[in-house]
Amino acid sequence: MNDTSQKAIHWQRTKNLMIVHLVIWFIFSFVVHWIAPSLNKVSVPIMNFPLGFYMAAQGSLIVFVVQLFAFAKQQDRIDRECGMAEAD
Amino acid sequence: MSIFRMQGSFIDNLPKIYGFYTGGFVAFILLMALLERAGLKEDTIGLLFVGFTVVIYAFIGWMSRTMQLDAYYVAGRQVPAVFNGMATAADWMSGASFVAMAGGIYLGGHPYLAFVVGWTGGYVLVAVLMAPYLRKFGCYTVPDFIGTRYGGNLARFCAVVVLVVASFTYVTAQINATGTIASRALLIPFGVAIWIGLGAILICSMLGGMRAVTWTQVAQYIVLIVAYLVPVIWMSNKQGFGLIPQLVYGDAVHRIAELEQLHQVGVLKSAAQSGLASLNVKHNAPPDTFVGHVQFVTLVACMMMGTASLPHILMRYFTTPSVRAARNSVAWSLLFIFLLYFTAPALATFTKLQMLDPNLATSIIGKSVAEVNAHVWVQKWASVGAVKVLDLNNDGIIQVNEFFLNPDIVVLATPEIAGLPYVISGLVAAGGMAAAMSTADGLLLAIANALSHDLYYKMIDPKADVKRRLVVARVLLIFIGAAGSAVASLRLTGILGAVAWAFDFAMSGLFFPLVLGVWWKRANRAGAIAGMVVGLVVGTWYLYMVYNKLMAPWIGIDHLRFGIIGAGASLIAMVVVTLMTPAPDKETQDMVDEIRIPKGDTYLSSTH
Repeated sequence: MNDTSQKAIHWQRTKNLMIVHLVIWFIFSFVVHWIAPSLNKVSVPIMNFPLGFYMAAQGSLIVFVVQLFAFAKQQDRIDRECGMAEAD
Repeated sequence: MSIFRMQGSFIDNLPKIYGFYTGGFVAFILLMALLERAGLKEDTIGLLFVGFTVVIYAFIGWMSRTMQLDAYYVAGRQVPAVFNGMATAADWMSGASFVAMAGGIYLGGHPYLAFVVGWTGGYVLVAVLMAPYLRKFGCYTVPDFIGTRYGGNLARFCAVVVLVVASFTYVTAQINATGTIASRALLIPFGVAIWIGLGAILICSMLGGMRAVTWTQVAQYIVLIVAYLVPVIWMSNKQGFGLIPQLVYGDAVHRIAELEQLHQVGVLKSAAQSGLASLNVKHNAPPDTFVGHVQFVTLVACMMMGTASLPHILMRYFTTPSVRAARNSVAWSLLFIFLLYFTAPALATFTKLQMLDPNLATSIIGKSVAEVNAHVWVQKWASVGAVKVLDLNNDGIIQVNEFFLNPDIVVLATPEIAGLPYVISGLVAAGGMAAAMSTADGLLLAIANALSHDLYYKMIDPKADVKRRLVVARVLLIFIGAAGSAVASLRLTGILGAVAWAFDFAMSGLFFPLVLGVWWKRANRAGAIAGMVVGLVVGTWYLYMVYNKLMAPWIGIDHLRFGIIGAGASLIAMVVVTLMTPAPDKETQDMVDEIRIPKGDTYLSSTH
């Protein structure tokens, strides 16, 4: 496969990964907080937080941290598989 | 002593050096604790904490001095991901995060958590949309990217203007905070303290630029996170709330809801008294109206898009050794920031419980005036005007609307409310100083670098040699710092107002030109200039109209959220003008292709 089409595949996969992560980001930045009053009727097991409060004070933050470590790993895999990664 | 000059071995030895530093800091805390037992005065302990840590930062700044361009502008691009994460966390967490956030949650309840969500989730945008691409590009400053991607001095100049407006708004609040803390710890007047604070800030940045700021920020992160976590965890254990307060405050949230019924929180209300507020809203009351929802999500959106547009944050990722390291570094940054941000709501909740629960010795609400005034911490903070006890209905009992406080004391008075030794208060002062200084350093450097590199070198005197460029950079740093201190000494705005505005300004002018510069090849110079100018002008106009009450806010989008209007206008202007004008030339389009792949050299050479 030539370099140009390899670059096109790389960029397509990069864009797909971007979209996946922005969808997750959107849900935990906006959607879960919009429905916080309903979520508050649910309690987080063991820790006993109202879920709506928990998501704003802690839950969304944990999702963001985990998501970013996963993103770094996934993007690096795409770079390597497409031969677009930097030398180690 | 030569470790700072032998680059290879210095980087390899970083874990050892900062491990040793952390151990030394812990030993210093223990020494202070012993001296306190031996009878050392409280004032002296506070002075030693702030003085000792600031001298260490100055020492690191001095050791990191440099006369090389890439060391001055991007720390030689060799900062490992984890350490850059710590430096970014310190750069990011300002005096406001450290001192004001927990108090904000205490008074504001659930709606205030929009700041907690917004100031963390923005890093997803930084990692996914921007940092790796800007790192590959190889720029020294954010306007450097705008200027090269879109071409022409006008685009570069617009980016410099947005950067200066946003960062200068922010830096005055930070210099103000260093002045406040220094004046309290060193027992000198605010007007003098603010210049001493500036001197300390400048020593950390002036001699070594980005390299010095990087290594002092790592040191400042360690101090600020220890200073934030130790008092909260100690308080939690002492009061019997549990070993890890962040995980166990769920029951406290429910208990507070019961106590709020008992004390009629949200029913009994009073207006602020000389800048101090009483508890007027419930702790766990998420917005339940349409406007309330809009206010929550727009504040989240502004803080996130602002994060991804603030040059002092973006430029931290120019310093990593590779694109891969830049991505990892964003993740580490957020982890280090998370440690403070998931603690603040726990602190706010437990402080509230301690005030409301009549079964606890610390309780305030529902007690008699005499009992409330018997608390030592109430007397102490009342004497400096941060607490006010007013029996408005003259029944001899303090209701929830009769106890007023400055929200900052939720953090500052934690050690005293829980009866911890004074050494912990000294530690908190050192932490607040570290938080404010590290952010001020990052901001001042972002402004001075943009003016010296983009305005002076790229536009005014492109023939200037390295020495001249570095001298100009330092002179500008001093002037901007002095201007910031002069404005800060006027004490124009509350800290939080200025901080939120900085995010709004940055997103109004820079968010879409930066994102579309990478993700939309068709974006061109005319579009980018239109985006920056229209965004900044419309955003500023909306702020002016709403803040001065010349216009009612649209669906609850008040002055803290004006970035939504500015960035919206910026996007429309940029897309419309781009489509009306010709596509960028092939060279520009190839440049965009090149920055999209990590492999290969940076687009700009290492000393440009």
